[in-house]
Amino acid sequence: MKQFVARRLGYSLLSLLLLSLTIFFFVRVTGDPAALLVEPGASEADIAAIHQQFGLDRPLWVQYGLFMVNLFRGDFGQSFYYQTPVFNLYLDRLPNSLLLAAVAMAFSLLVGIPTGILAAVRVGRFWDSAGKIFALLGLSLPSFFVGLVLILVFSVYLGWLPSSGFGGVWHILMPAFALGWYFAASHMRLTRSSMLEVLGSEYIKLARLKGLPQSLVIAKHAFKNALIPVLTLAGINLVLMINVAVVVETVFAWPGIGRLLYEGISFRDFPVVQGVVIMGGTMIVVVNLLVDIAYAVIDPRIRVET
Amino acid sequence: MSITTETLVLPASSPPRSSARRSRDLPLIPITILVVIALTAIFANFLAPHNPEVGSLTARFRPPVWQAGGSLDHILGTDQLGRDVLSRLIFGARVSLVVGFTAVIVAGVIGTTLGILAGYIGGWVDQAIMRLTDAWLALPGLTFAIFLAAIVGPSMWNIVIILGAVYWTRYARVVRGEVLSLKEREFVRLAVVAGCSRMAIMWRHILPNVVNSAIVLATLMLGVVIVTEASLSFLGVGVPPPQPAWGLMLSDGKQGLMVGYWWLTVMPGCCIMLMVLSANLLGDWLRVKLDPQLRQL
Repeated sequence: MKQFVARRLGYSLLSLLLLSLTIFFFVRVTGDPAALLVEPGASEADIAAIHQQFGLDRPLWVQYGLFMVNLFRGDFGQSFYYQTPVFNLYLDRLPNSLLLAAVAMAFSLLVGIPTGILAAVRVGRFWDSAGKIFALLGLSLPSFFVGLVLILVFSVYLGWLPSSGFGGVWHILMPAFALGWYFAASHMRLTRSSMLEVLGSEYIKLARLKGLPQSLVIAKHAFKNALIPVLTLAGINLVLMINVAVVVETVFAWPGIGRLLYEGISFRDFPVVQGVVIMGGTMIVVVNLLVDIAYAVIDPRIRVET
Repeated sequence: MSITTETLVLPASSPPRSSARRSRDLPLIPITILVVIALTAIFANFLAPHNPEVGSLTARFRPPVWQAGGSLDHILGTDQLGRDVLSRLIFGARVSLVVGFTAVIVAGVIGTTLGILAGYIGGWVDQAIMRLTDAWLALPGLTFAIFLAAIVGPSMWNIVIILGAVYWTRYARVVRGEVLSLKEREFVRLAVVAGCSRMAIMWRHILPNVVNSAIVLATLMLGVVIVTEASLSFLGVGVPPPQPAWGLMLSDGKQGLMVGYWWLTVMPGCCIMLMVLSANLLGDWLRVKLDPQLRQL
């Protein structure tokens, strides 16, 4: 077990290392990073000062070392636009992103799990086909389009919901729906296949042979086991939601991390863009590591493999 | 007792599948949609009634023809600069298709090459490539693409390269898995015995056998890539204006949404949706047809 955790930890660190190298070198290969680090319209002297300040005149590996040391200290640089450290900005926005992701997740599970079960129980019949169409639409409709159509219907024509901003319960409904929509489809697909697998297993056959009613077999015996993979995926998806909400947050002017990223792009505020991307990648690597370790704790077979 | 001829006759094998039968299986709707979009993109110059990049400010925000105030001159209305929406949609198909197809091909070439190298050579090469793949997979595609686009600056071909650089990982994974099993097959071992070089084996014996999976993946990725391109354009780091990209049109249309200029968002949105939906349907169908191993994916 220890060995497994150590190796998995090593892989994650390697992933993070490659990630930082990628980001570091992409910025430097594609041009003078000073051009990204100064405000647009800066003078020659300013650029030279930046070169000095960030050590851009030193060899690459020294620069990389400095870059990493700063990252470890939580120093992602200073935002040009807000004139505050990027890390503080990030922490300010994080709760909003978490809130949005949590509501979107609740929605996607509330829709995805029941429809998935229904599709599995009625496999090959009407509800299964309806579920397939739903899943296909979920995976094919871009979230910004869903968001804009929601605004058009519920804000412009019906006038029921506020079109953008942050505040009461009403503000979160549409962004959460637009964000959760895609994930509802993916949760539905997984619930269906996981449920089908469980329904084909021996202990379900036994429960049926015992003469238990169908509803009891499904609700009590199959449901719990079918849910394990779905909840695992939901855990990973929650982190993903925080990091891919940029489009939805832009549409609804939701002040989360995604919006921060968008502002970073619009204001040419490069430290912000870089900080958000690094934090996102780190978060996902860490969650994947935790999930793998949790699985190894639950299922001893995994420890031996790979 | 002689055996009658009838008893010796084997049951007639099912007739070879005629082309008529095969075409009945074809997913006609998605193929039709994709062909129509492709034809629109190719003949955009002849089909578009107006110049997509030039409008007249006196004709701003004209509604579609069936609404009060619409005219036959601008069937789908005009946008905030008075440009014809239909013409922009027609030329936008070109951007989406060109970006979608070339990005999928770029990603496919990178991913398949790395997948074959990792799977066939093995050892530290395999380790290095797969760790790189893992690191790449750790970043959400859209965020990574935004980051790269913010660095290199917006242009259509930059977007193609960025999308290719972001989405090659799935090919690498799938192809590597296939190569691992192909490597143990007899025809590969015979090729080794016959003295083929490693390059020759990878090129002539392995590659043709993984192309099917790569094509299936490419079709499935087409939808993802098109949505990502639209998202990038929507965020302002994709195809630069005044080029008519669907994502950009949506983003521009957002401003007119609150005053009820619905056609500026709904029209390009529907185009994106139709195209992605068709690509996904076609991909699902191909997956089942070409590659039984991928059916569970």
